[in-house]
Amino acid sequence: MPAPAPTSAPLAAPASDLAVSLRVPLLILFVSAGIWVVIASAFGLIASIKFHQPNFLADSLSLTYGRVRPAFLGSMLYGFCIQAALGVSLWLFVRLGRAPLAQPWLVIVGAKLWNLGVTIGVLGILIGQQSGFEYLDVPGYAAWIMMLGYLLVGVAAVLTFHRRIERNLYVSHWFVLAALFWFPWIFSTAELLLIKYPVRGMAQAAIAWWYVANLKGTFFPLAGLACVFYFIPKLTSHELHSRHLALFAFWMVILFGGWCGVPNSAPLPAWMPTLSTVMSVLMILAAVTVALNVHGTVDGRWSKLGANAPLRFLRVGVCGFILAIILSAVSTVVDASHPVAFTWLTPALAQLNYYGFFAMVMFGAIYSLLPRLLGVGFPSPKLVRAHFWLALLGLLLAVAPLGIGALFEAPALNNPNVPFLQVVKGTLLFLRVSTLGDLLLGVGHLLFCANIVGIALRFFRPRVVSAYDTATADLFAAEGCS
Amino acid sequence: MNFGPLVFLAAFFAVAGSWCGFVLAPQLQVGHLQQDKVVGTGNPYPLARPGLAQQGLQVYRANGCASCHSQQIRQTGTVCDVLLTDAGTNHAALIAGLLQAKPSLTESDAKALVAKLPQPIVQGQTKEQADAAAKVLNAAGGKALVWIAPVGPDIARGWGQRRTVAEDFLYDYPVMPGSQRVGPDLANVGMRLPDANWHLLHLYAPQHAAKGSTMPPYRYLFDKRKIDAVASPDALVMPTDLMPPPGYEIVPKGEAKALVAYLLSLRADAPLFVSPFTAATPAPESTNAPASTATTNAPATNPK
Repeated sequence: MPAPAPTSAPLAAPASDLAVSLRVPLLILFVSAGIWVVIASAFGLIASIKFHQPNFLADSLSLTYGRVRPAFLGSMLYGFCIQAALGVSLWLFVRLGRAPLAQPWLVIVGAKLWNLGVTIGVLGILIGQQSGFEYLDVPGYAAWIMMLGYLLVGVAAVLTFHRRIERNLYVSHWFVLAALFWFPWIFSTAELLLIKYPVRGMAQAAIAWWYVANLKGTFFPLAGLACVFYFIPKLTSHELHSRHLALFAFWMVILFGGWCGVPNSAPLPAWMPTLSTVMSVLMILAAVTVALNVHGTVDGRWSKLGANAPLRFLRVGVCGFILAIILSAVSTVVDASHPVAFTWLTPALAQLNYYGFFAMVMFGAIYSLLPRLLGVGFPSPKLVRAHFWLALLGLLLAVAPLGIGALFEAPALNNPNVPFLQVVKGTLLFLRVSTLGDLLLGVGHLLFCANIVGIALRFFRPRVVSAYDTATADLFAAEGCS
Repeated sequence: MNFGPLVFLAAFFAVAGSWCGFVLAPQLQVGHLQQDKVVGTGNPYPLARPGLAQQGLQVYRANGCASCHSQQIRQTGTVCDVLLTDAGTNHAALIAGLLQAKPSLTESDAKALVAKLPQPIVQGQTKEQADAAAKVLNAAGGKALVWIAPVGPDIARGWGQRRTVAEDFLYDYPVMPGSQRVGPDLANVGMRLPDANWHLLHLYAPQHAAKGSTMPPYRYLFDKRKIDAVASPDALVMPTDLMPPPGYEIVPKGEAKALVAYLLSLRADAPLFVSPFTAATPAPESTNAPASTATTNAPATNPK
């Protein structure tokens, strides 16, 4: 074994050079992600309101629930989550490798293509061209534009990784490198076998479940944990508790995460849902090791570090990760004897994964790295804190009622003597509360957007002003003469 | 040491592993499924949906119906019932047989049973118990049949006769099994609600057809038209409170008709080797299940 990789992220790199190479590409990615998350929450809110008011926007063809919900998922997952992950990954590659970003123009073009793809995709969903596969709803033609964009960014990331000066790999490097390759593999496989050359019958559903499992069970954990293991040691100024535990979590996530997707109810040979259940239970190992590792790193000093908004986001994200894995495992095991499938637990667990875990970690990472990227602070730290509280409260109100509601819904759904409409009626109260949660999340997203734009303006304004002054200096001088 | 290649290979083989498990293996196992034979009649199942229903599948996809409706019937198990269809000639022996097959019967109950055939004698048995009971009754000169009955909450709700199997989706693209039941399961909606006009009205005004429903109305699948010389034969027959202004009519667009054709084609009513059951009533003529599939009262052959 060589000298162990540094267990705390490298602190003293020629930060200015590194940051300069990243500024424009990352700002493009993060501002776009911020806009997408606002768009997503608008769609989410419309979808949520429709449960109380089925007639709300009912005559608008494009805004029927069955189109708004996929549009919400598309803008949330591809517009925000993956785009933010790309930006944060580039930061990690640059900072951990201590080499400036290679070919920033690739990232800029890639980011534009990605956003073009997602825009076309979401518009495609709204005009009724969704693919019909949940979480992969964007139409095929948009998916290929997104894929091309991702590949361009990916090439820049791999080149940056290749040129790294720090040859030893920090654990986050493992996670982020695997994540970088993971997404194009699963995305292109799913697009090829489901849309370009579709397979027959239920094999389609199996592949769609495989894709979703890989996205939520492997890609998100890889990209998210890379941030957790980088930013938590950084923000707490403590070394990572255990590199081995972190690498153990890495192996668990890549070995088991992609197998967790097939539900018990699936009309597929019984070994598939059974294997999925086993793998979901094994994922608990990853959750436990991450919990131990973060706990050891922070060493019981959360309370002292409480005022730090990015750290708060990361903390909630880690809790979301652990909860999502454990609850998913419990629900798949329970489902075999007391079905919980088809209830509101399914979307609640999904949201806990992509929002409670992943989006929260991304918010934390972005809030933590933007001041260092630009060398200026947020114009209003209060608004950052306000976003945190809105996000936390919104998350609780959006997810918890659905999960609790499902506890009442599942027995009713499985009791044939309870009429179905009564089952639906029983969930309405919980849905109402979750609409409130969606509203809070939406307000939080507006603040997020405002914060990013605010810090970018704060960075650029002096430059623009001085550039303007220089450019117009002659003019003023001339005026002065006349 | 440079772990970069190791991380790459680890990721590659991990993806390849789950790819073999949940892409390649399903493709080999269910991706090459062919039409199955209906148990009893040997008719092929499923037949491709008719053209209009295939267009309807695309309307179902485009409007994201699968966001709220699953098409997966779950089954918790299978039980067997014994049905006595004919008393034969030796009633005394048959009644003795009945008392043996179902010890809880009294002699007078047994006599009453025999008077009104066909009658289920024992229900919810295992295959072995049911076979034993049927054997006793047949030996006593009666004619007893063993029925296979799938059970489970979904089936008790009347949402289907058996669990959904991969064959049911054989010709569909895209396959949309759904993940949530915000609305009822639709795997057999064509069998449950065979009336096209009900479906059209339900799409137009869900709360009218099902009070308290949270389904959004799909009025955009309908045209409100001024009646020309003659009213359109397709115009919806409206309850009075939904009626358009006099001189106007509500006519379903092509999408609405296609969607309803698709919904009516959703009927997994054929007993298959992988999911057998004994059909209770003759299935009406349908494209997805040949008429003769489920009409037989003969015991379904046991797959074992």
